[in-house]
Amino acid sequence: MLRDITLGQYYQTDSALHRMDPRIKLAGTMVYMISLFIYKNITAYLLAFLFLAVVIRISRVPFRFMIKGLKAVMFLLLITAVFNLFLTRGEPLVSIWKLTITKEGLVNAVYIVIRLGFLIIGSSLMTLTTTPNQLTDGLEKIMAPLKIFKVPVHEVAMMMSIALRFIPILMEETDKIMKAQMARGADFESGRLLDKAKAMVPLLVPLIISAFRRANDLAMAMEARCYQGGEGRTKMKPLQYKRIDYMAYGVMALYLLGVILLGRLFPLHLI
Amino acid sequence: MEIIETKNLVFEYIRRDDEGNVEGFTKAVDNVNLEVKQGDFIAILGHNGSGKSTLAKHLNAVVMPTEGTVYVDGKDTQDKEALWDIRKTAGMVFQNPDNQIIGQIVEEDVGFGPENMGVPTQEIWERVEESLKAVGMYAYRKHSPNKLSGGQKQRVSIAGVLAMHPKCIVLDEPTAMLDPNGRKEVIRAVRALNQAEDITVILITHYMEEVIHADKVFVMDQGKVVMEGTPKKIFSQVERLKELRLDVPQVTLLAYELGKSGLNLPKGILTTEEFVEELQKAALRML
Amino acid sequence: MSIIVNHVSCVFGGDTNMPVNALKDINLVINEGEFIGLIGHTGSGKSTLVQHLNGLIKATEGAVYFNGEDISDKDFDKKKLRSKVGLVFQYPEHQLFEIDVFSDVCFGPKNLGLSKKETELRAYKALKQVGISDEYFYQSPFALSGGQKRRVAIAGVLAMEPEVLILDEPTAGLDPKGRDEILTMIKKLQTEMGITVILVSHSMEDVAQYVDRIVVMNQGEIMYDAEPKEVFSHYKELEAVELAAPAVTYIMEKCREAGFPVNVKATTVLEAKNEILRIFHK
Repeated sequence: MLRDITLGQYYQTDSALHRMDPRIKLAGTMVYMISLFIYKNITAYLLAFLFLAVVIRISRVPFRFMIKGLKAVMFLLLITAVFNLFLTRGEPLVSIWKLTITKEGLVNAVYIVIRLGFLIIGSSLMTLTTTPNQLTDGLEKIMAPLKIFKVPVHEVAMMMSIALRFIPILMEETDKIMKAQMARGADFESGRLLDKAKAMVPLLVPLIISAFRRANDLAMAMEARCYQGGEGRTKMKPLQYKRIDYMAYGVMALYLLGVILLGRLFPLHLI
Repeated sequence: MEIIETKNLVFEYIRRDDEGNVEGFTKAVDNVNLEVKQGDFIAILGHNGSGKSTLAKHLNAVVMPTEGTVYVDGKDTQDKEALWDIRKTAGMVFQNPDNQIIGQIVEEDVGFGPENMGVPTQEIWERVEESLKAVGMYAYRKHSPNKLSGGQKQRVSIAGVLAMHPKCIVLDEPTAMLDPNGRKEVIRAVRALNQAEDITVILITHYMEEVIHADKVFVMDQGKVVMEGTPKKIFSQVERLKELRLDVPQVTLLAYELGKSGLNLPKGILTTEEFVEELQKAALRML
Repeated sequence: MSIIVNHVSCVFGGDTNMPVNALKDINLVINEGEFIGLIGHTGSGKSTLVQHLNGLIKATEGAVYFNGEDISDKDFDKKKLRSKVGLVFQYPEHQLFEIDVFSDVCFGPKNLGLSKKETELRAYKALKQVGISDEYFYQSPFALSGGQKRRVAIAGVLAMEPEVLILDEPTAGLDPKGRDEILTMIKKLQTEMGITVILVSHSMEDVAQYVDRIVVMNQGEIMYDAEPKEVFSHYKELEAVELAAPAVTYIMEKCREAGFPVNVKATTVLEAKNEILRIFHK
């Protein structure tokens, strides 16, 4: 169950998207996010949807694999939508007991689902097609100018990539500890919220201890392999833009332009 | 010159009680003098908590001595200037295969060391290729480490060290978490490196079968080196090893037990071939 | 007490395009008081099988019966099953979490809803059984040595007073003496307390020394289910599936090839010694 979480996991296959420079994928993701928040109308989202569908197709990552990993996040999304549905003031549509669904609330909820849903799928597409190492390299390179302001760009990038590498390992470990405690009669499912929270202690304490042990081991292993920060480091796979990357930049620019023009000239609103 | 030398090495740590008050000092490593020649295969045996791991970590300058000195290829590990040279010279492989692989792809992990050392890109690729080939993992270069078996992961870790072109590899219980096949794979790879590439190997273990091909064995107890010599010499002292919470290979034990029951075989038999040969000699003597 | 595994199959990822058949039509009867060794290379389905026995994994097909009752029945008490069939995972010390040794061992019996007195009594007994002396009871479990931690973790399962104890490689990472101590302790539990033991192990020497019956798994199927001598006489077949016989078997085989008229069925050092002495008329 826990192993299903694919957020941040790399899906190995060969596609144009996989071969692209991580910088364009990062920039592309940013542009896509921005495009989702410029306008709140159906026309813009339609283009965003088409764009996403095409990119997913190009990525060769099975759509079912992507969705499986997003279940947990989608649940959060749903909660947000429900909150919007009930808590937005406006013209009442339906009234149940003390809760009122307004027209504005409904529209808001729909937009939230579209925006965040696209956003989550779009950004998970980036991690699915980019190895953490590439991602780190890309981030480091893009953020390099921030070094002037004493931002530890390399360190942050390294931390992120390590965190990503250990996600599947810690997931498996969680599963194992959970089963071990269940074998000792622990119950993680039933009971009231407070009981459930209490039941997590036998899971969380060993998990945190293990994470610290792993961190300690890893730090030692990295030091033993001469790791001393970003200074003087060379790259096995230095980033170099290829033709496909320049083309991708072009496509992103066109896409953004398209969203702006369509959203501006042919707006189609829900209300 | 010795590749590794320790002189009166002591490592102490402070024991504290629950309130954090100092209870006393424990010597994890106690006055150890070690001399290892270039190209040797050295094994360090000892029960859990005997200090062998702490000793190993000194050889790569991950841990610093409380007293005494450690020289790696003639350089003092406490000399800050020489630190990175020392870590390049004496590479280290640890126990848990999951906690020492940094890369998400096998080849990227092997390249991690050379990247840190500032090796030019083209050369990194050459080093990664030759290292992976040396441990027989080249076919897996594009794989994710998470999908590999324990033995394969450890071989990747060894390749990661090899890519730094060390003169010496220190392996701190590399097989403790592996199944028998994984153990064999790793030991085979390590022996090949020692023989083909003349890399000095310091293997820390408590699996007796892994030690029989070593040039020299050190046995540790309570931080001290209590026995040293060839495997034959060490394993001929069955009782002493048992006192030290250790064991001997099964064939050695069988020969020893037979000796106790009056069938005289020489001490310290290490292989089945040797055993059968000696048994034949004994049979001839009886005729 | 008996456990019957009846035509059990287990498929992981059945809804994906790459389903894994972890278990294929397993039939197994575990009788009271047995000491069974479960062997098989990594990924052969051993761990999956033992997790079926206490209901942590549900069989895709087939059924597991505990004392004649189907454990997948809706009104079957899973918690009670887990107390009757104790499972000690690999590196069990990684599940310790309480502030002191004694409270940690109390966790299991407490979950069973026992009274405080009964819980503490059981914890005390369990800690004594694994050989942890009183002075450690109120220490943090994390301050203990590796071998002691492992004992405490095993006590945590023993305190539930299981009728069947399953241990997944209980000696992994321990030094030779530590291995002997743990295995001797387990053997004692079986002979003196009458607990049924299933030992998952990679060490053929340990299995040969301690168990009465061996179940060999390969690719999700049971390959052999017989007493050790019988199983290890198939050492060529075992090698074909990445397993082996105990070192002694090979030594005896070599002796026979060299012309000694030894019975090659010896699997322990003691048996080999007696056999060789026999032909030397000592």
